[in-house]
Amino acid sequence: MNIPSTKHTLENGLEVLLHEDHACPIVSVNLWYHVGSKNERPGKTGFAHLFEHLMFEGSEHHDSGYFQPLQGAGATLNGSTNADRTNYWEVVPAGALDLALWMESDRMGYLLPALTEAKFSNQRDIVLNERRQNYENRPYGLAPMAMLAALFPPDHPYHWTTIGEIADLQAARLDEVHAFFRRYYHPANASIALAGDIDPESALALVRRYFGEIAPGERVAPVRVEASLSGDRRIRFEDRVELPRLYLTWLTPAMFAEGDADLDLATDLLANGKTSRLYRRLVFEERIATDVSASQNSREMAGYAQITATAAPGRSLGDLECAILEEIERLREGGPTDEEIDRGRVQAETQFMFRLQTVGGFGGKSDQLNAYNVFLNDPDYFDRDLERYHVVSGSSLRQAVDTFLNPSRRVTLSVVPHGRPASAAPESVPVDPS
Amino acid sequence: MAPADRSRLPEPGPTRPLAFPAIQKSTLPNGLRVWTVRHTQVPLVAFTLLVRRGASSDPVGKDGLAAVAADMLDEGSGSRSAIEMHEALARLGAQFDTDIGPDATVASVTVLSRFADRALGLLSDMVVRPAIREDDFVRVRQLRLHRLAQLRDMPGVVADRALLKLIYGAHPYGHSPSGSEASLAAMTVDDARAYHARAIRPSEATLIAVGDCDHAGVVALAARSFSDWLGAGGADPVAPTSLPHAPRLNIVPRPGAPQSELRIGQVAAPRDTPDYHALVVANAILGGQFVSRINLNLRENKGLTYGVRTAFEFRRLPGPFVLQGSLQTEGTRLAIEESLGEIAGICGPRPVTPGELALGIAALTRGYARSFETAEQIGRGILQLALYDLPDDYFAQFVPRIERVTADEVARVMARHLDPARLTTLVVGDVEAIAPGLAGLGLGEPSILSPDSY
Repeated sequence: MNIPSTKHTLENGLEVLLHEDHACPIVSVNLWYHVGSKNERPGKTGFAHLFEHLMFEGSEHHDSGYFQPLQGAGATLNGSTNADRTNYWEVVPAGALDLALWMESDRMGYLLPALTEAKFSNQRDIVLNERRQNYENRPYGLAPMAMLAALFPPDHPYHWTTIGEIADLQAARLDEVHAFFRRYYHPANASIALAGDIDPESALALVRRYFGEIAPGERVAPVRVEASLSGDRRIRFEDRVELPRLYLTWLTPAMFAEGDADLDLATDLLANGKTSRLYRRLVFEERIATDVSASQNSREMAGYAQITATAAPGRSLGDLECAILEEIERLREGGPTDEEIDRGRVQAETQFMFRLQTVGGFGGKSDQLNAYNVFLNDPDYFDRDLERYHVVSGSSLRQAVDTFLNPSRRVTLSVVPHGRPASAAPESVPVDPS
Repeated sequence: MAPADRSRLPEPGPTRPLAFPAIQKSTLPNGLRVWTVRHTQVPLVAFTLLVRRGASSDPVGKDGLAAVAADMLDEGSGSRSAIEMHEALARLGAQFDTDIGPDATVASVTVLSRFADRALGLLSDMVVRPAIREDDFVRVRQLRLHRLAQLRDMPGVVADRALLKLIYGAHPYGHSPSGSEASLAAMTVDDARAYHARAIRPSEATLIAVGDCDHAGVVALAARSFSDWLGAGGADPVAPTSLPHAPRLNIVPRPGAPQSELRIGQVAAPRDTPDYHALVVANAILGGQFVSRINLNLRENKGLTYGVRTAFEFRRLPGPFVLQGSLQTEGTRLAIEESLGEIAGICGPRPVTPGELALGIAALTRGYARSFETAEQIGRGILQLALYDLPDDYFAQFVPRIERVTADEVARVMARHLDPARLTTLVVGDVEAIAPGLAGLGLGEPSILSPDSY
């Protein structure tokens, strides 16, 4: 199922994608800046995400909250930051497209004159609160920090999480934030997708009117840093939790690279849902775990596959680790069954259709158009994306498991209840996750 | 084309009206209602089976039984084992889920439309003919007990549970749908079977299908798969005549917590209140959207939190009004003071302004079409009609009714359903750090709650 779109590039470099869908009288405006936490430097982390906050605080010609006029027009809106990109979107009634483009373009072209010290320090406080709420005060919430820090070396751009280090956020200065904006938030580093109830010709004219006047900015060179991992890095930390949890993580191929789809299906058949091999064994039959899950997390430069399992009371993470490694070995040797491959494909197809039901929001059609455009320079990639899953075979999946889920090159993280370090996987070294 | 005029924001232009989904309805001889909506954007069908019995039907002393019984639905049927049931679902790529709320049990399956027939067959096997075997029951209950232990570490969950207990007490809404360690431990497989036989019955059920399917086809299939499902659900849960008088200020200790988890609440209005629309508008202005009074005050002006929101949770019996947020520990006192002030303000001394009213109404109405884009959204909307006995033209009437809400009406309904002097405040946080500051709030001595009190 293809999603027909047209692509235009303005003189200042802004890429514009247009997709018509008249089912509902709404339009999604989805703007990607090709900047994420991977563009930050050690000691200056958290900037891309902090920016996502500052972008909602007003710009030169509308120097008050970003939400009021748009919500008053019936829009829903949000933004998000990950390691590779930042996205901003509004889903508006078709008649409010003009307003949404005015607002998005004003904060692209004219943010800095309105970005004061007061706004900056207020939003920094809010981000520190977000960090406390979603990481520090949440059971297992600091696990991603510890895991990424062990998986990628300190100078690798995936070493830190997007929320940033507390000390870095506290030390951030307004002039550094201004410089970060000038470098990354301009038309030549952005892609905008409009999907929904539009007339493409007049929609493009509106985009030109509002964004065409913005100076292009300097092209941003792609960040490319190789990652490699040798050995089994065994770490642990204590947390305010009831049950110990194990995280096994491997470096894997980047998004859309060879092996990415194979590992998607491999992690699914290992630990996604009640039919998966690990769920059956650990939760259903042996009952040594209360849950188990797995995913291939592919990013622009590299990916990581992760299996997570929580021990049942009285069980140690060492027991879980042995069973998980045995199942990986069994998959590596015997490969998947034909039924597992069929299930994986039909599940991939269903999930794909799910995403295409909506024009906007996170993961809807406009977001997907931008993902294909920004990462592959190919907004027409829909069919070929799905095709990647249809060509996975038993032998290609086995090959990917053999190459990437190597037991001697991984991170083994144990998060254990306070005072119970012995429940960790054996030979784990304590780390400070924050 | 003219250059951008940045001297003022463009006025939104007209948007063509949305055609609301037309619901086709039939009722099978056993009482099962079958409602369908044709929606063919993407080759998917979303089935939702609603049974109007939920956690409020938990028998006394058996909190959590409805949820365990719902968990047992996908644990095999007839001679099919639990794993075989999930293999059958996985072969269809089905997205299957059960959800238990205070008033309802909902089982839903979404599949590619080419699998719709087989998916409906599986759904009927799960709901009508679940095996409910002893060994599966023991495993499911054990997983729920583990989950409960883990939830004790989640301040937000602890706060939700504790608040409901405080404001509802022994009322059917006073316990969490997950139950407690003690109630789960006392439960047997026979309880689950008896609950299914008593509550999961066609007289209380509606099957909703939205997607690339036609009404006659779904009805014929449902007639085949669900015809041997018989019986009537027991009586509706009844509210006790009085509610508890909770202390005004309560703390669940969480030593060293980096933040305070705050709840402020009260039992308010049922879903069928004639004041529904005005309460929805009032809440949008008070705390229901990003630009609400409380969020702008605590987040944007004071930087005390990542976000605060309020909601009226409308249910079949009077549901709670709840403010929730996670706050900087040192800002706890200020946040409580400001929150109580905002709630009291909108109930009287600081009525909504014309600008706030216009913004709240616009936010609720102009974007209404968005709620009817995907099959699941439409299914969820229709589920509300079935659960709360709302008329078929409910969607079409929503926008004009909201637009008629006035500032006077907002003041009147808030005063009618909220009593700011009786709001219950609860904090999950570091007692040593916050208690001294809370003394001056005028809410009395804080009551310190022990883990077995909620």
